[in-house]
Amino acid sequence: MDILRFITAGSVDDGKSTLIGRLLFDSKSILIDQLAAIEKQTRNRQDGEIDLALLTDGLRAEREQGITIDVAYKYFSTPKRKFIIADAPGHIQYTRNMVTGASNADLAIILVDARNGVVEQTRRHSIIASLLNIPHIVIAVNKMDLVGYSQDVYNNILIDYAEVAKSLGLKDVIYIPISAINGDNIVDTSTNFPWYEGESLLHILENIEVYNDINLDDPRFPVQYVIRPQREDLHDYRGYAGKIASGIYKTGDKVVILPSEITSTISAIEVSGQEVQEAFAPQSAILHLADDVDISRGDVIVNQNNLPQLSNELEVFICWMDHKPLQAGNKYFFQVNSRVVRCVVKEIKYKLDVNTLQKLDAPDKAGLNDIVNATIKTASPIPFDSYKKLRTNGGAILIDETSLLTAGACMIQDAITD
Amino acid sequence: MSSYRLDYLDHLESEAIHIFREVAGQFEKPALLFSGGKDSITLVHLALKAFRPGKFPFPLVHIDTGHNFPEALDFRDKLVTEIGEKLIVRKVEDTIRSKNLTEQKGKFASRNALQTYTLLDVIEEFGFDACIGGARRDEEKARAKERIFSVRDEFGQWNPKLQRPELWNTYNGKIHKGENVRAFPISNWTELDIWNYIKRKNIELPSIYFSHERKVLEHEGQLVAVSEFINLEPTDIVTSKKVRYRTVGDMTCTAAVESTASNIDDIITEIIATKTSERGETRIDDKVSEAAMEDRKKNGYF
Ligand SMILES: Nc1nc2c(ncn2[C@@H]2O[C@H](COP(=O)(O)OP(=O)(O)O)[C@@H](O)[C@H]2O)c(=O)[nH]1
Repeated sequence: MDILRFITAGSVDDGKSTLIGRLLFDSKSILIDQLAAIEKQTRNRQDGEIDLALLTDGLRAEREQGITIDVAYKYFSTPKRKFIIADAPGHIQYTRNMVTGASNADLAIILVDARNGVVEQTRRHSIIASLLNIPHIVIAVNKMDLVGYSQDVYNNILIDYAEVAKSLGLKDVIYIPISAINGDNIVDTSTNFPWYEGESLLHILENIEVYNDINLDDPRFPVQYVIRPQREDLHDYRGYAGKIASGIYKTGDKVVILPSEITSTISAIEVSGQEVQEAFAPQSAILHLADDVDISRGDVIVNQNNLPQLSNELEVFICWMDHKPLQAGNKYFFQVNSRVVRCVVKEIKYKLDVNTLQKLDAPDKAGLNDIVNATIKTASPIPFDSYKKLRTNGGAILIDETSLLTAGACMIQDAITD
Repeated sequence: MSSYRLDYLDHLESEAIHIFREVAGQFEKPALLFSGGKDSITLVHLALKAFRPGKFPFPLVHIDTGHNFPEALDFRDKLVTEIGEKLIVRKVEDTIRSKNLTEQKGKFASRNALQTYTLLDVIEEFGFDACIGGARRDEEKARAKERIFSVRDEFGQWNPKLQRPELWNTYNGKIHKGENVRAFPISNWTELDIWNYIKRKNIELPSIYFSHERKVLEHEGQLVAVSEFINLEPTDIVTSKKVRYRTVGDMTCTAAVESTASNIDDIITEIIATKTSERGETRIDDKVSEAAMEDRKKNGYF
């Protein structure tokens, strides 16, 4: 049994909440008392049906406004998998929430209302999914009951979306017709779609291979904490604790510590309190080195035969997440994994139209939910990989120096060389 | 190749260890809030994995409501001695006295709400800048939106609208003076995950988690242990039943479930078969209102 993390996206009213409610309900993850609470709230409705969407609406403010305004996490499991759903709202203004949910998703379900087909929001969500490099996309054409389960309607949507997928270079796209409200094609394939040859949505979610999405080729180990027991018998013990971001580490590996570029050899590895010969992503581990070198939190231990880029001038895409706008010349903290340095946003090159992918003229300021391409200069060099290559070593956050809020999400594209 | 695969419990463990080390790396004075229940016992176990052979870079802090199960207190003391870490205990009773607080009245008068005061006091007393807690997102709707690092103002308040976005595995623990962070390493675990992990790692638990004979009072479909802390009325019918606890909180606000499950396997089988969620079944205080948890979180409850 492993874990699949996914997000759901779609315009308001496409049926996201209903779909999640349906998955939880049909996989028996909704419990009696939670159901009772929903029934109580649904009692005033005319049709008397249980409103599955109520399961995912968390906070009171949202209940009052009737819209989902933040990312909520939901859990269910089947004998095959544990699922973690980041429920990212579809409201126009909330690009920031989808980016947050997408940042560690293995898969995105993008809902399309069968009556409306591919709309601006569909494009926007697909662009975000591609920018955040979500490995797998499921296009779920919902409300098929309202178009008489028509194969033509479905096929036309597929043709339209194929264009979008092509323009974004999306690799793994799966299509499925569903009716979330009736449960068609959710847990079992439905006889309402005699023309559909694929599997049910749950079957797809249970079986899609996510193991291959973990990078085992490029060893990156950001040091979080140095373990030094103040004990007589462990006088010489010095362990570098961290979570392997990618790749495999073996005892005897020749390594380089970045950014200092000091070299050493791995003398021992511990995982979960046991000494082991090798450790791999995404394990938390303790590495020991043969030499007594100066290493602290924020350093990255990599293999001598496989170096990341090292630069203090970076080209990045930034999704802006703060109410205070981003302006060229502003200074921030820049955090990649455990490494935090100061930085200045030197130039905003262009703004990305998230509905069309067009490059718009560089704005003076980038506002909440804008996505811009910019150059950043950091106070000391950053060991990184391009986000496209390695999500776990190419994503960074910008922290406002005075409010200390997380103000932006950066996808590092490349080093800037003169 | 399959030797490079992690199963879901290894994944969850690795994630939790990572969060522990982020707290240790980012904060000056963290603390681990230890309630004595299975979630905080699991936390201690994960902290051992994160920091041994070193010492924990934080003490355990127990907010003692005075309404604890004696079994849970004995277990706490034994555990702390075994691992050789520091335990700080602060009593709600003392806060009630020093701050002249008004206690709840009624049959199941609970100190659950009052423990917030003691918690905020102990945070101030020691200057803790991060408190590690065992909350899980599957427990309750308001929790489902909780961040792994959740910033609280100096009144301990949580503002759902001002939560920082959390991306990848990158946690922003920067705070202003007076603010502090609640950190939740087992956010992504469900009740069943906890039990499966306890089973896999052979983690010891207080005896009340397993089936035992106990005098209980039936109250609105829930079984409450008879103790000196609840006010029995003459009409109350006390019976003796085979019960166990799914969560261990105060004797006044934690209900037992009828069960003959005497070991972890039986418990897991029961949980898979149960149709009532953990909080709904065993937390008397959550029934009060739909938004009860949300209100308490805003006021500094963990
Ligand atoms: N007919 C039909 N209605 C649906 C379906 N899925 C959702 N709905 C309805 O569409 C409306 C919006 O659904 P909701 O789940 O709240 O959408 P969200 O805004 O994307 O979360 C509700 O009235 C649902 O009952 C479907 O498959 N068929």
